[in-house]
Amino acid sequence: MSEKTVVVGMSGGVDSSVAAALLQRQGYRVIGVMMSLWSEQGREKVNRCCTPDSMRLAKRVASILDIPFYTLDVREPFYNQIVSYFIQGYQSGITPNPCVQCNRQIRWGALLNFALSLGADYLATGHYARIVTDELGVFHLYRAKDHSKDQSYVLHMLTQSDLARTIFPLGDLTKSEVRQLANEFQLPVAQRAESQDLCFLGGEDYRSFLMRHLDELPPSGAIVDTHGRYLGQHQGLPFYTIGQRKGLGISGGKPFYVVAKDLENNLLVVGSKEDTRKKTFTVTQVNWIGGNPSVSTLELTVKVRYLSPFLAAKLRIQEDGSCQVELSEPYWDITPGQAAVFYQGERCLGGGTIQIVLS
Amino acid sequence: MMNRNNRIYLDYAATTPLADEVVEAMLPYFQKEFGNPSSLHRFGQRAEGALEEARMTIAAHLNCSDEEIVFTSGGTESDNLALRGCAFARREQVGANHLLITAVEHHAVSHTAEQLARHFGFEVEILEVDSQGLVSPEIVQNHIRPNTALVSVIYANNEIGSINPISEIGKICRERGVPFHTDAVQATAYLSLDVEALNVDLLSLGAHKFYGPKGIGALYVRKGIPLLPCQTGGGQEWGLRSGTPNIPYIVGMSTALKFVQKNQANWTTSLAHLRDWLIEQVLKRIPQSRLTGHPTQRLPNLASFVFKGVHSQKLIALLDAEGFACSSGSACKTGNPSPSEVLLAMGIEPELALSSLRVTLGRDTKLEHLESFVDCLIEKVVQLRG
Ligand SMILES: Cc1ncc(COP(=O)(O)O)c(C=O)c1O
Repeated sequence: MSEKTVVVGMSGGVDSSVAAALLQRQGYRVIGVMMSLWSEQGREKVNRCCTPDSMRLAKRVASILDIPFYTLDVREPFYNQIVSYFIQGYQSGITPNPCVQCNRQIRWGALLNFALSLGADYLATGHYARIVTDELGVFHLYRAKDHSKDQSYVLHMLTQSDLARTIFPLGDLTKSEVRQLANEFQLPVAQRAESQDLCFLGGEDYRSFLMRHLDELPPSGAIVDTHGRYLGQHQGLPFYTIGQRKGLGISGGKPFYVVAKDLENNLLVVGSKEDTRKKTFTVTQVNWIGGNPSVSTLELTVKVRYLSPFLAAKLRIQEDGSCQVELSEPYWDITPGQAAVFYQGERCLGGGTIQIVLS
Repeated sequence: MMNRNNRIYLDYAATTPLADEVVEAMLPYFQKEFGNPSSLHRFGQRAEGALEEARMTIAAHLNCSDEEIVFTSGGTESDNLALRGCAFARREQVGANHLLITAVEHHAVSHTAEQLARHFGFEVEILEVDSQGLVSPEIVQNHIRPNTALVSVIYANNEIGSINPISEIGKICRERGVPFHTDAVQATAYLSLDVEALNVDLLSLGAHKFYGPKGIGALYVRKGIPLLPCQTGGGQEWGLRSGTPNIPYIVGMSTALKFVQKNQANWTTSLAHLRDWLIEQVLKRIPQSRLTGHPTQRLPNLASFVFKGVHSQKLIALLDAEGFACSSGSACKTGNPSPSEVLLAMGIEPELALSSLRVTLGRDTKLEHLESFVDCLIEKVVQLRG
C-alpha cells in the first residue's frame, strides 16, 4: 500500500496534537494545518482557537513530530460566513450556533479543500466521535467512546463525501488516555482551560460583542408575561436568550424567565421556569448522514443543545424535508437557531436547525 | 619561558572557549539546516523549529515564558536595547525622563546612558557603590523617582566580581512601578537567573561568557514592559529586534546554557575553592597587595587585585610572555590606560587603580595551573617593583 497522506487540523491543543502523533505512528504521511480564524481587531490574543500562543504551540508540536506545517488564512470566509451569520442570527431573533456553521463551511469547507489541494487523502481532526462504515459502504457517525467528551452534536452536518475523507483518531479514546499519550509522545500541552465559549468572543459576553457589531441598535420594547400583561421594557431582543433569568430588570415576586421572543411585535415574553418547558418544535435544514429515512415517522433520541441530555422523541418528516419533533417529556429552553441532533443508540443520524417552538 | 602550547588561560571573564557539544550542535545549521525561520516552506520550518526550541531552553532556565526572550547579537546589544528601548518607550508612555544606573556598570550600559543624556535629553543619575563595589538597596530606594524611566544595576561586575542584591533592588523598583534591568552577562555561568526570584523586568545575556559563541545574546523582557525597538525591519523577535535570526549561534547559545545547567553546581563549589586558594596565596605572599571587590559575595571564578607600584599593563605582558593569560579588568586596551571607573568608584586612588589584575577561572582551570601562576606572579611583581 502506498503511503496515504492526511492533513490534521491543528490547534495547539492536546487533542489535535495527539491526533497528529497517532496518525504518524500508524504510518500516515502527516501534514499539520492550522487555520487563522477571524478575530476582532485588537482581540487576536484572546481568540480561543487561534491566538498567537496556540499557533506557536501547534508549530512546536509539528516541529517535534517533524511534519510539515502550514497556516491557512480563513479570516475572510470566517467573518463572512460565520461571524455575520452570528450577528444576523441574533438580529433576526434566533440564538445561532456558529460552531456547527464553522464545521460545515470552514472545516469541512475551506480546510478540507486545502487538504485535498495539498494532495492529501484525508482530513483528520481532534474531535471525539467515531466513523463506522457498514457492509454497503455507507459511512455512519457514532458517539465517541468517551461519552463525556462526545462531539458528534457539532458534526451532525457531515455528509457522505465528507465522512469518506475524514478520520477522527480520538474516537475510541478517553480524554485521560489522550493526555497520557501526549505525555508518551512528549508533546507540549498548554495548561489552558477548556471552554465552550465561542472562539471569536474571546471570553467576552456575546452582548458586548453584538453592541459593537450590530448595524443599528435594536429597538427596545415591552416585556410581557404569557398572558400579554406588560411587565417592563427590554433593551432590544438580540440581547436576550431563551431561558435567561438574570438581567431582565423586572422586580418582585417569583423569578421570570425568557420564554419566547415575539419578533413581529418586538415583545419579550417571560414566564415561570415551568413556562420554558416545551414539547414540540420544528427542525429545518435537516441532514441525514446515512441518507433519507425510508419511513416518515421515527422513534429516536434528540439533543437540543451541545450539553443537553438525550431526550426521547417521536419525529415526523414533512413533505418539504423539515421535521416535527415531539418530545415524550417537555424540556427546558428549546431555542430556535440551535441544532437538534438525532440519535439512535450510539449512532448519530443527523440533525438540523430548530426553527419554531410550537408548544 | 613556557612554550606556546602550554599557555594557561585565566581570562574566562573576557571570553570562553566553546564547549564541544556547542560546536557540534551548531554545525548542521550552517549548511544542511540553513533555512530562514520566516520562510513558509520546510527549510524555514526546520529553522523555526530550532529557533523556538532554543528559545524554550533559555526561557526555562530563566523561569519565564518564551515570548519574553529576544535574541540579540550579544550582551552589548541586549544592554543597548534594554536601556534605549525602555527609556524611549517610558518617556513616550508616561513622560519618564530619569535614568538610574550605577557606578559599576559595564560600558554597554553606562555609555548608552551617557548618550541618552547627552543627545536625547534624559537625566542620568549614577548611584554610588560602597568600597567593595556593591550597590545598596537603600540608595536605590532614596534615588528612585516617580519619573524614573528605568533602573539598571549590574548583577555581577565584570572587573571585581561583586554580586549585587538584585532581588532586593528589584523589589523596590517593583513597588515604585519602575522597570528594572540587570546585566547578567558575567553572572550566567554561576548564578541563578530566575527572573521571578530576582524581581527583574529586563535581563541581558551574552553566550560567549558561558562556553557559547561570540556575537549572540538575548534580552529577557517581562511581559508588559514597554520597549521601543532599536532595530526595525522585518519584525522578527516579536518586532523588538528585526533581522533574520542567527540560527546556528542561537542553537549554540542554548546548548551552552544546557552545558551550564549540567556543570553549574560543580563549578560554583570547585572554582570558588580554587579562587579562595588563589586569593589567600596572593595576599599572603605578595606585600602591599589588596583584593578588590567583596571577599565572599563575588563570582566564584573571579579574583581581582591591586598591587601597589605595579603597572598592570606591563604585568599582563610579562605574565603573557610566561604563558599566563589574564587581564587588568578594565576595558582599555591601547594607548595610555586610564584607571578603571569601577575601581575609582570604590574609592581606590587613581594610581593604585592602574595596578589592577583580574584572574578569572573556568572549566579547565586546575590547582597546579594556579600554583605555577602564583609563583610567576610573585616573581613578576617583584621584578616590576624593581
Ligand atoms: C557585564 C558585561 N556586560 C556586557 C558585556 C558585553 O558583551 P559583548 O561584548 O559580548 O557584547 C560584557 C563583556 O565584556 C560584560 O562583562
